[in-house]
Amino acid sequence: MSATPLQFRDPQLARSLAATLAHLVDGLGRPAAVMHVCGSHEQAIAKFGLRSLFPKALDVIMGPGCPVCVTDVPEVDEGVLLAAQGVRIATFGDMLKVPGTVRSLADAQAMGGKIDIIYSPKQAVDLARKTTEEVVLFATGFETTAVATAAVILDSPPPNFSVLSAHKYIPPVMEIVAEMPGSRIEGFLAAGHAATITGSAIFEEFVERHGVPVVIAGFEPNDILAGLVELVELIREGKPRVVNMFPRCVTREGNLAAQQQLWRVFRSTGGRWRGIAHVPNGNLRLRDEFAHVDARKRFPIDLASLWDYAPPALAGQCICGDIMAGIRNPRDCRLFNRECVPENPVGACMVSNEGTCKIWHLYGGVPA
Amino acid sequence: MCLGVPGRVVAVNEFTATVDFWGVRKDVRLDIVDEPVAPGDYILNHVGFAIRRIPPESVAETLALYDALLEGDDTDLMTGDVRAEIAGTS
Repeated sequence: MSATPLQFRDPQLARSLAATLAHLVDGLGRPAAVMHVCGSHEQAIAKFGLRSLFPKALDVIMGPGCPVCVTDVPEVDEGVLLAAQGVRIATFGDMLKVPGTVRSLADAQAMGGKIDIIYSPKQAVDLARKTTEEVVLFATGFETTAVATAAVILDSPPPNFSVLSAHKYIPPVMEIVAEMPGSRIEGFLAAGHAATITGSAIFEEFVERHGVPVVIAGFEPNDILAGLVELVELIREGKPRVVNMFPRCVTREGNLAAQQQLWRVFRSTGGRWRGIAHVPNGNLRLRDEFAHVDARKRFPIDLASLWDYAPPALAGQCICGDIMAGIRNPRDCRLFNRECVPENPVGACMVSNEGTCKIWHLYGGVPA
Repeated sequence: MCLGVPGRVVAVNEFTATVDFWGVRKDVRLDIVDEPVAPGDYILNHVGFAIRRIPPESVAETLALYDALLEGDDTDLMTGDVRAEIAGTS
């Protein structure tokens, strides 16, 4: 267990924010649930032991904030089938153990597939420049990472480079979660750095449509506490709006240069997010203009070859989807910390560093 | 992954900046950042790209958080993510 003791730079402020939060939640006179959609927020909450400071009546739930976790099974299958064709796959390390229908990329690698771990889309291009082999960037991540993929596509990559995009777009999935039958979510905490690209204005329409407030917060423990104080205050007022508590990185309009590159290369289209639902406009795919760098257009990928396989027995018991939808938490899962551990994960939430299950496993989860 | 990592710009050529991350100098692409970047500025790097010039008044606060995050060992998820962000540069 490597949970570090509290390292607030300003513990007095933390105590005062926690007291304010408790007072506000008391004032509501009922339990309330809010959701954040960022693995880094959950890491900070768990690492700094913030849940022990949250009022019992306030449920702070991690939603679908882990891009690797929501990469759907057929998307993993596409990468596995490409690797089986002898194509070199360059991808982020978190993707290796994510289960596909039959195999993960790690399995494909064990069977002789060429998989290269990268930390930046740029490194996939560098790899392609050094070889004559076909290199496919299996690109995962939300819009913050997709802009980097867009930038390398726009920067004349070599002809043996292409992209298998599993990039996802966060705003539409917030709509899905807010509309889920029986949803208890009364407010969203949005991630500061993702909003750096999109800007805070993108959440205004969402608030109007769903009547649920959004607060943009940073990753420092006190940023998160202050964000929750603001969020509960907005719930109490009953006048939902967007509040930007991270102005040092987030403006109303966001990073326009980055947005322009993002939408020049990608279009949003509907698709399944693993375990959650079909999300209209939730997937980022290459525009037709970039068909020459689209691995789906360049290579035959026959997913039907996998249709005869039944999913592994344990996978049927995984509740990762319900966890990301905020309906259940890892403690409700009979596999958590038993059959399902980071070394041998059953579901994607135990694979990624941003998955709720892996974060809870590592930092010890919720205080009793 | 969405955490990013701050660094100090040491030199700028057209599309790339040399950036110092806790004593390690790396190249970061400037394609995405929406403001001019000059030596002495701090930027937020994500997967090898500067996504934001950090306003000077926020630099100390931002660095303090990352100082704390980098104190963890290799099994710590946040420490690992910050190190991976530095590894994303070239």
